[in-house]
Amino acid sequence: MIWRFVEDTSWSAVSIFTPLILAILAYALRDRGWRLIAWASVVLPPLAATALLVQVGRIGPVRYEIGGWGSPLGIDLQADALSALMVLMCAVVGSAVSLYAQSYFGPERAHFWPTWLMVWAALNAIFLAADLFNVYVTLELLTLGSVILIALSASTSALVAAFRYLMLALTGSLFYLLGVALLYGQCGTLDMALLGQRVDSSVPVQLAQALMILGLALKTALVPLHFWLPAAHSAAPAPVSAVLSGLIVKASFYVLVRLRLDAFDTVSTVAGDHVLGVLGAVAIVWGSLQAMRVKRLKLLVAYSTVAQIGYLFLWFPLAREAGAASLATSGVVLFALAHACAKAAVFLAVGAVMRVAGHDRISGLRGIGNRLPLATFAFGLAAVSLMGLPPSGGFAAKWLMLQAAITTGQWYWGIVIVLGGLLAAGYLFRFLSRALEADRGADLPPARGRSHAGLEVPAMLLAVAACVLGFLGVPLCDFCDNGMSHGGLGDAL
Amino acid sequence: MTGHLLYALAGGMLFCMGWLGLIVQPHLLRKIMAWNVMGTGVFLVLVALAARGGTGSFDPVPHALVLTGIVVAVSGTAVAIKLALHVHDRTGRTTLPDGDGKTAP
Amino acid sequence: MTGAARHGGSGRVGEPEGEARGTTSARPRNFLATVLMLPVAAAIGWAVLLLPREPSGLTAEVAGQLHNSGVSNPVTAVLLNFRGYDTLLEIGVLLVALFGVRFLQQLPRKSARGAPTRSGAHDVLHAFAVLVAPVAIVLAAYLLWVGTYAPGGAFQAGTVLAGLGVLLLLTGGQTLRWLRGRLLRLAALAGFATFVAVAVVLPLGGRGVLEYPVEQAKWLILLIETAATISIAAVLIKLFEAIISPRVLREGGEREE
Repeated sequence: MIWRFVEDTSWSAVSIFTPLILAILAYALRDRGWRLIAWASVVLPPLAATALLVQVGRIGPVRYEIGGWGSPLGIDLQADALSALMVLMCAVVGSAVSLYAQSYFGPERAHFWPTWLMVWAALNAIFLAADLFNVYVTLELLTLGSVILIALSASTSALVAAFRYLMLALTGSLFYLLGVALLYGQCGTLDMALLGQRVDSSVPVQLAQALMILGLALKTALVPLHFWLPAAHSAAPAPVSAVLSGLIVKASFYVLVRLRLDAFDTVSTVAGDHVLGVLGAVAIVWGSLQAMRVKRLKLLVAYSTVAQIGYLFLWFPLAREAGAASLATSGVVLFALAHACAKAAVFLAVGAVMRVAGHDRISGLRGIGNRLPLATFAFGLAAVSLMGLPPSGGFAAKWLMLQAAITTGQWYWGIVIVLGGLLAAGYLFRFLSRALEADRGADLPPARGRSHAGLEVPAMLLAVAACVLGFLGVPLCDFCDNGMSHGGLGDAL
Repeated sequence: MTGHLLYALAGGMLFCMGWLGLIVQPHLLRKIMAWNVMGTGVFLVLVALAARGGTGSFDPVPHALVLTGIVVAVSGTAVAIKLALHVHDRTGRTTLPDGDGKTAP
Repeated sequence: MTGAARHGGSGRVGEPEGEARGTTSARPRNFLATVLMLPVAAAIGWAVLLLPREPSGLTAEVAGQLHNSGVSNPVTAVLLNFRGYDTLLEIGVLLVALFGVRFLQQLPRKSARGAPTRSGAHDVLHAFAVLVAPVAIVLAAYLLWVGTYAPGGAFQAGTVLAGLGVLLLLTGGQTLRWLRGRLLRLAALAGFATFVAVAVVLPLGGRGVLEYPVEQAKWLILLIETAATISIAAVLIKLFEAIISPRVLREGGEREE
C-alpha cells in the first residue's frame, strides 16, 4: 500500500508546491510562527525528495501533465534520475541552510524566510521543468530571489554586487528568451522533448542554441563570464553564499544539460562541446590561481566556486562519445552533489568563523581552530571532498570523470582534473594551515561574537554528507543509467 | 503576410541596440533602460510570430508569453531601480565602482 | 508603469555630466562592442528571415481545446488554464519583487531626502484624479470581466488600478496611507495565495494540479483573476511608491495646508 502511495503521488508537484506554501505562510505570519515554518522547511523537503527518488527508482522517469492538458498545449513536469538527484541535492543543502539560518539571522529574518522559500521552490521547479518558457519564468524567479538574498547583508558591497548580478542575470535570461522565441518560431512547440523530435540544423535553431548557451553560461559564471560571481558570493550572508554556490549556479548548468539531452541532441557540434570544455579547463586553473591570491576568506571560497564550475563543463566533451557518456554523466552529477554539500559546508563554517572573529582576512585568522574546533573540522572535511581525496564524493566523481576521459582517449581533460585537485589543496590549505595553528589561543584577538551550535552543526553535517557520497558512486551510476529519460545517454548520441 | 517580418526584424534590432546600450552606458539607470529596450525587442519578435497567420487568426501562445514577460520585466526593473537608488545613496555615484567587465560592468 | 518608475528614479539620482560618456578606458571597449554587435544583429536578422512564413505555432491546439477551457478568449485560456502554471509563477515573481523592495525600503539611508520636485501641478492632478478615479475602478472591473471573451483580464485590470494608484500617490501620498501593514500583505498575497490554493486543493479532490473541472473552469478562472487583479494593483503601487522621492509624497499632502 505504501508503495502505491509512493508511486502514484506526484512528488514533483509536491516538491515544488511545498516551499511555495511555506513561503506564503512565512510572509503572511510575519514574525509569529517563523520557527515552525523554518522547521517544516528542514524536515519536509528531504522527505519529498526521497519519495521522488524512490518513485523514479521504482517506475522509471515520470512525466506529469499540469492541468491535465499535456504538451504541447500544456506544461509538463518531468522527473528522471538526473532531476530527482538534483532535487535531493536541493533538499539536503536547503535543509541544512534552513537549520543554520534559524541561528544566523536577526530581525532581517522576516525578509529572509519568504524569499528563501520562493527561491527553493524555483530551484525545484527548474530541475523538474520540461517546458522552455516555464524554465524562463522559474529562472527569473530564482534570479530575483537570489538578488534580494544577497542584498540582505545590507553592506554597500552587497548592494553593488547584487545590482551587477541582477543586470547580468537578467541579460542572460533575455538571451535565453530570444532563443526560445526563435525555437518556437521554427518548431512550433515549447516542450523540450517535442523539440528534440522537431529540430533541424537550420539557422534559427543554430542561433537559438548559441543564444541560449551564451545566456545560461553567463548565469552559471563560466569563464570569461564569471566576473560577477566572486563579489556576489562573498558579499552575501553566509547561508545565502552556501545556497548561491551550492545550488543556484547548478540550476542554469542543469538547464544547459537538459537542453542538450532533450532538445539539441542532434544539432550540437563537436567544436561547440570542446569550446565549453576548454573554457571549463581555463576556469579550473584561473579560479584556483585567483583563490590562491586573494586576502579574504569568503572571496577565496567564491573563486573556488568559479574553479569548480569548470569541472561541470567538462561534461560536454566527455559525454559526447557513446562509450563514456554514462560514466561522464554519473561523474558530473556526483560532482555536482558533492560540491553542493562541500561548498555549502565551507560557506557555513566560514560564516561561523566570521561571527567569532569579526572579519574574514585570512592573515588574521591564525589559530581560530582553537575557538571553533567543530567549524574548522567541518571546513577540513569539506576540503577533503573539494580536493578530491578518497573516499569522499569529490574523489569518486573525479574518478568517474577520469575514467570517461581515458576511455575516450581525451586524456588531456584528465590532466586538468588532477591538476585542479592539486590547486584546490593549495588554496584550501591557506586557511586550514593558519586555522589549525596550535596553542595560539593566547595571541588571538578577543572574540567579536559567539558561535552557536546551530551554526556549526549544519556545516558539519554537510561536510560529512560530502564525504559519504563517495560510497554511493557505484549505485549512483546504475541509477543514472536506468533512470535517465533517454535510457542512458549512449543511445541518443 | 510579410508585415510581421518587419516587426520581427525591428525586434531583433531593438534587442541588439538594447544590449549595446547595456554594455556601453555607464549610468545605472540607463543600463536598466537599455535592458528594457532589449526585452521589448524580444517581445516584439514573439508578437510578430503570433501574427504569421494573416489578418484572420493569430497564435495566442506568444501573446500569453509576452504578457508574462512584461510582468517579469516590470518586477525586475523595479528591484533594479531600487537597488540602483541605494547604490547611489551609499556611494554617491551613478556608475558601478570598479566596473569594466565584458558585457555589463 | 515602468516609464513612470524610471522617471521617478531619475529624479532622485540626476544626470552628472562627466560620467555620461564613460571614462577614457571605456572607449576602445565601447568601439569593440559596437563593432561586434553588427554581425550579431545580422545573424539575428538572417535567422528571423529564415523562419517559416506559415504559422507553425499552437493556434490549432488552442482552438481545439478552447471549448473545454471555460473561457472563449484564447489568450486568457492559455494564460489561466492551459499554461496557468507559468502565470502562477509569474505572480510569484511579482510578489518576490515586493519582498525585495520592502526590504530595501527599510534600510537606513545616508543622504538627505531626494531631489526637490516641481510644485503647482498638484491642483490639476488632484482635479484630474477626482474625475478619473471612479472611471478607472469601473474600467478595471470591466476589463477583468470581459477578459473571458475578449481582450482583457487580470493584468490589464490590475494595471489600470495601479495607474490610478500612481496618480493618487503623485497628488498626495497620504491618500493611500491605508495600504500598508496587514492590509498590504493581504492584498499582495491574495493573487498568489489564491492561485496556489486552487492548484493544491484540486488534487485533493481527485483531479490533477490546476486541472479545473470543465463546468467550474470559468468561475475558478474568474476567482483567480479577481484576486490577481488586487495583488497586481497593490504590488505595482507599492513598487512605484518605493522608488519615487518621499518628498513627492509629502509635498502632495502639504498642498492642503
